[in-house]
Amino acid sequence: MTDTMKHSLMFVAVGTLILLEGLTNWSFFSGSWNSSLVILNMGLISAIMALGVNLQWGFAGLFNVGIMGFTALGGLAVVLTATPPTPGAWSAGGPGVIMAMVMGALTVVSAVAVTRMLPKGRMRGLLMLAILIIGFVIYRALFDPAIGAIEAINPAISGNIGGLGWPVILSWPVGGLLAAGAAWLIGKTALGLRSDYLAIATLGIAEIIIAILKNEDWLSRGVKNVVGLPRPLPFEVDLQNDPAFVERAAGIGLDPVLASTLYVKLGYAVLFSVVLLALLWMAQMALKSPWGRMMRAIRDNEVAAQAMGKNVTKRHLQIFVLGSAICGIAGAMMTTLDGQLTPGTYNPLRFTFLIWVMVIVGGSGNNFGSVLGGFLIWFLWIKVEPMSLELIGLLTSGMGEDSFLRGHLMENAAHMRLFTMGLILLLVLRFSPRGLIPEK
Amino acid sequence: MDFLNAIVALTNFVMIPAVAYGSQLALGALGVTLIYSILRFSNFAHGDTMAFGTMMTILVTWLFQSWGINLGPLPTALLALPFGILATMALVLVTDRTVYRFYRDQKAKPVVFVMVSLGVMFMMNGLVRFIIGPGDQRFADGERFIIKARAFKEMTGLREGLAIKTTQGITVVTAIVVVALLFWFLNKTRTGKSMRAYSDNEDLALLSGINPERVVMYTWLIVATLATIAGVLYGLDKSFKPFTYFQLLLPIFASAIVGGLGSPQGAIAGGFIIAFSEVTITYAWKKVLRYLMPDNLDPDGLVQLLSTDYKFAVSFAILIIVLLFKPTGLFKGKSV
Repeated sequence: MTDTMKHSLMFVAVGTLILLEGLTNWSFFSGSWNSSLVILNMGLISAIMALGVNLQWGFAGLFNVGIMGFTALGGLAVVLTATPPTPGAWSAGGPGVIMAMVMGALTVVSAVAVTRMLPKGRMRGLLMLAILIIGFVIYRALFDPAIGAIEAINPAISGNIGGLGWPVILSWPVGGLLAAGAAWLIGKTALGLRSDYLAIATLGIAEIIIAILKNEDWLSRGVKNVVGLPRPLPFEVDLQNDPAFVERAAGIGLDPVLASTLYVKLGYAVLFSVVLLALLWMAQMALKSPWGRMMRAIRDNEVAAQAMGKNVTKRHLQIFVLGSAICGIAGAMMTTLDGQLTPGTYNPLRFTFLIWVMVIVGGSGNNFGSVLGGFLIWFLWIKVEPMSLELIGLLTSGMGEDSFLRGHLMENAAHMRLFTMGLILLLVLRFSPRGLIPEK
Repeated sequence: MDFLNAIVALTNFVMIPAVAYGSQLALGALGVTLIYSILRFSNFAHGDTMAFGTMMTILVTWLFQSWGINLGPLPTALLALPFGILATMALVLVTDRTVYRFYRDQKAKPVVFVMVSLGVMFMMNGLVRFIIGPGDQRFADGERFIIKARAFKEMTGLREGLAIKTTQGITVVTAIVVVALLFWFLNKTRTGKSMRAYSDNEDLALLSGINPERVVMYTWLIVATLATIAGVLYGLDKSFKPFTYFQLLLPIFASAIVGGLGSPQGAIAGGFIIAFSEVTITYAWKKVLRYLMPDNLDPDGLVQLLSTDYKFAVSFAILIIVLLFKPTGLFKGKSV
């Protein structure tokens, strides 16, 4: 059997799992097409995130564990571009916020300039400290009243800066741009660090981005969440009230409620598939191009690549920005799919480390591998819970219904998913470190 | 008088919490630093090792409480601590045998070890949640305060109270004892010396007949002890929640790196630097300034530099500054 055959069969196997979820309610499958499509949609998004991480890790060997932050920035982009503008918010606080940001940037720039220009010594330290303190005071003096004004506008439903009212699909590339901008800033400071320092630095930055989203109410409404984001597809209710749609649903023998939910989810699946295929195509082209070969050369031996005249720092920054942008796009898509931005739910285990498991299990360095890993691990992430319930039920079937141990195990079965993910990661790293579809 | 009040308020709200938190971070960072200097990787599972040790201690504490055993004014958890340490030792030794040893034999790159530690982190995290659940657990019992705020006010006649929680006292005392023991062990005993030799130069240590597996085993035993103690002290002082322990990873790493990864003295200094910066920058200074400023200059805001949720940002900013200007940390650490 050729490799292509084998790898296609793996894709078919994962596809079958997702299909079975809709077809049968045997064992841990639910037999609901809705559930199957939900898994498919999040699988598509996970596959895109895995592509982004694979670009950074598989192509360039950059150890980025700040994926959660870029995903969340993508979500923020949806709020900032697609929601309707809040009347009066820009005139109330816009200039103040922008001035404050400019002041903040000026402070940092002048502090950096002082360190570069002046000779080392106590003078330089004091001057830099003075600039930072004065800059911070001015920044807060401009910033606090401005955000106060914004947050005062209709705090029950908006109280944030509002969006631009653009079509929501446009917010996906904007999410990519936002994440890319953040990645550029981070890359400029942190990319020179050793691999595990970079990991810790990115882990920290992701936490900070989430902290900003949770606290800056004027930007993202913080933990009050932004709900009812615009959607690229019609609402289910509208479809059910549309006689033409009801008639067509009846034509294929479906009840209108079921038909409308499936229609919307299928619509998302089509949109996401288009994005995934486009990105996969680009990633494949990049991998095969001289640029991709150069990246892998840098990954495998930085010193040799440098000796060949490649600018390692610049290339690292470039690929770090690109990979993060892909994560940002995926984050924007996910927020669109959810229809809400809930900064409180971002958790590094789910949004960073799980994506890493996908890339490692799928095969780092291989784009198809990451996509496969994305689908497979997402399916397991959802399904490990019913699987372990089933397993525990079987194992403890000897105990009475009221047994404390049985009750406790059943109740906590949901937490088996983290355990299982860790186990899968360790098994793959040990027995097949190159993943399901290894790099060519 | 106002000046004294300001000092008391400062001590009560900034110094004491920061010293307690700093001791907890220092113990955690010592564990990370030891793993780094002997096994040569950043252990992402450290936060969850702490969570596991604390969980075992809590379970034993509950058992003792149900038997009616307690330590009077001190928390029962201190009595349960040795059992928690033993359980954690068993866990990390099993993990080392089944997981890490394979990669050590292969001489895998540090980044592979980090990946593996991510897998271990997931498994330990899942295990802890599976056994005790994801919720908040409070397990401190016994006397709550060494000095109560009201008693202090009556004693001194000041307007500001000073409260020292029992758990804060225990934290500091335990941390001092543990650190003293650790340094004695590293500097005076044969095993400690072989550990340091192994950390300085692996090949030379092997040549002089040091058994690497033994060194690694002792390292894990010490790390399990430190992690459990750090976790239990943190849990007594605040509360135990698996996710919070996972999040402690960031300030702990920051402490270890700021001090110089691989240097035990650095880990302690780093712990206190991070703790003091986090507490001072996120503290609302209004209360202290009110006593120091003339009446007409009373600050109107809270005079809080950053909201408490940005405490990660503080540890992180310090981390970045140190990495950019002094990549080996304040005390010369290793740089592999």
